[in-house]
Amino acid sequence: MKTTSALDRRGLSDDHLRELFRTMLLQRQLDNRGFQLNRQGKVPFALGSEGHEALQAGAALAFERGKDILAPYYRDLGLCLGVGMTPYEIMLSIFARAADHNGGRQFPNHYSSKKLGILSFSSILAAHIPHAVGAAYAIVYRAEKGRAVLCTCGDGTTSEGEWHESVNFASVHRLPIVFLVENNLWAISTPIEKQMAQPEIWKRAAGYGIPGKRFDGFDPVETYACVKEALERARSGGGPTLLEGVCYRFLAHSTDDNDMTYRTKDEVTENRKSDPVPRFEAQLVEAGVLSEEEASAMKRAVLQETNDATDRAEAMPFPSATDLYENIYEGAWQPWQ
Amino acid sequence: MAMTTSEKTASSQTMNNVEAVRATLYEALKNDDRVVILGEDVGARGNVFLITKDFIDEFGPTRVIDTPIAEASIVGIAVGMAMEGLRPIAEIQFADFIYPSFNQIVGEAAKTRYRSNGEYTCPLVIRTPYGGGVRGALSHSVSIEALFYHVPGLKIVAPAFPADVKGLLNAAIDDPDPVLFLEHKKTYRLIKGDVPNGHYTIPIGKANVLKEGSQLSVVSYGLYVHWALEAAQSLEAEGVSVEVIDLRSIRPMDRSAILQSVEKTRKLLVIHEDNKFGGIGAEISAMVAEEALFSLDAPIRRLCAPDVPAMGYAETLEHEFMSSPAKMAATMRDLARF
Ligand SMILES: Cc1ncc(C[n+]2csc(CCOP(=O)(O)OP(=O)(O)O)c2C)c(N)n1
Ligand SMILES: [Mg+2]
Repeated sequence: MKTTSALDRRGLSDDHLRELFRTMLLQRQLDNRGFQLNRQGKVPFALGSEGHEALQAGAALAFERGKDILAPYYRDLGLCLGVGMTPYEIMLSIFARAADHNGGRQFPNHYSSKKLGILSFSSILAAHIPHAVGAAYAIVYRAEKGRAVLCTCGDGTTSEGEWHESVNFASVHRLPIVFLVENNLWAISTPIEKQMAQPEIWKRAAGYGIPGKRFDGFDPVETYACVKEALERARSGGGPTLLEGVCYRFLAHSTDDNDMTYRTKDEVTENRKSDPVPRFEAQLVEAGVLSEEEASAMKRAVLQETNDATDRAEAMPFPSATDLYENIYEGAWQPWQ
Repeated sequence: MAMTTSEKTASSQTMNNVEAVRATLYEALKNDDRVVILGEDVGARGNVFLITKDFIDEFGPTRVIDTPIAEASIVGIAVGMAMEGLRPIAEIQFADFIYPSFNQIVGEAAKTRYRSNGEYTCPLVIRTPYGGGVRGALSHSVSIEALFYHVPGLKIVAPAFPADVKGLLNAAIDDPDPVLFLEHKKTYRLIKGDVPNGHYTIPIGKANVLKEGSQLSVVSYGLYVHWALEAAQSLEAEGVSVEVIDLRSIRPMDRSAILQSVEKTRKLLVIHEDNKFGGIGAEISAMVAEEALFSLDAPIRRLCAPDVPAMGYAETLEHEFMSSPAKMAATMRDLARF
């Protein structure tokens, strides 16, 4: 992986580059907030996405709001922010408040929004991949032009049978879908070499007869370019693509995990050297897209936004206990008790 | 009352269960362009029982989809289609092959509405032939209802008569939530009946009193409903009066129909082809014990398959596993005398 190199903007305007950076900052800030709240004893659980910022901001920028469908997984805070979810919505999820999209039913990080085209998903790994494929089928079925599905998952998740079944079906039908694997080299404590004998996931594309590509997931602009190319192919009838963005999980899997039981501090420190957030900041400053003052102001604004969202969400009520009985089936349904 | 006569009227047709499924699916494809059928060999072959024969010619491969052999994704892709506004009807070729899709049915389809607090829904039908007595051996004979009926968010129906097949399949297709539609394969060609023309539905969750009686209540579903009815009718001559209830839906279950009948006859026998331990009969018995214990004049009886992994292929093994109208009559007689 590259550490620092000059910015290759791939046709992106200054505004777009700044937007990428802002999404990355916001992701990291909200991420940290979840962990802080957990340490303060205010929320029982948090799951971070540090190390995935560039990959997710880049992919989100390639996503067409109001058209494309996103089938994310639990580490996609930045991707969901990037396609339009607000910090307030994120904090509602962290606090499990009634106004959360799923009414405080799911773990935090299980974002969904019908309005934004973000499919609801469970914690069951790979279970959402066939749903994404079904959604892509619906797009073709209704002959909706220029729409595609962006479906993400982790490296470990690609070992599941449902992953294979889904990519295979999508390939048979040449569906408008991009399978984006966020390869952070770890699946909780299991390293990639125990997950698969051939560790370059993108190479599996050949087996499905679809294009595949691997890219530096620490580089938001390269990510954007790769995801955009794949989404455009999908939208114009060119079928699925398998993309693999290589990044790294800087934090433990979640607040319930201690990564020092299975990997070394040295490994983490070494990877931190290519942390995409400061790296991209340095590139933008060097390229004159952003001044250091602007970067600081942006960080302050993002912190303020996070604080406001935290306060607002925390003040909201929990779901009422009787919400437990709602939305099992359509209409009034009296569950047995 | 179910229609058991084979009389033909202008507004109805006599058909067997397989024809009833076929006719209903055909009308669904014809009347609602959101409907798609997906499964193994449903296209060119027209399903292994020929239920969807020629559909692909009329409706095309986009609506009648021959899938790869991958049950988890057959259901999973159908869930995604349903979330995005289609009305998929997924087929699992035999119920014995449904296990790979357990995750998608139980973990996903049944919880889509709940986990998104109603933001997303899953109007999906999963059809599958189940049941034995057809020399189907270990892996083409299984009953699966008990593995799924524990799951809130899912509906399960198991009709026994062609008119109910049509009415309940229409209801399942119209239903905004996922429905597991169980078709007893031995009844496919064996059971004929009058089926009204045109679109109609039978509400999911409503049982049907097939035969009124005063001395005991028999609750059953699927193939065994027919055998229970035959047994009950044969007992009439002996002066034993048996009420026979066809459950038709397993979840939601028509608890009030069962309770009403038990309160009248004061005795309950549950009969099913699935094995006894943890079967549908266990829930019905518990429910009656909770709600109507003091209405009972005899212990609840369950006539079910023995607690063995499956029926065998050899005739002797299948025979030992399956019940029969004679065995049912004997148990009914016994309970009536108690
Ligand atoms: C079907 C299933 N099996 C196991 C788990 C437990 N689990 C949760 S996250 C995880 C690791 C996933 O790793 P990966 O796909 O690489 O994603 P990452 O967390 O690294 O982003 C595991 C094993 C689960 N949620 N679902
Ligand atoms: Mg991983």
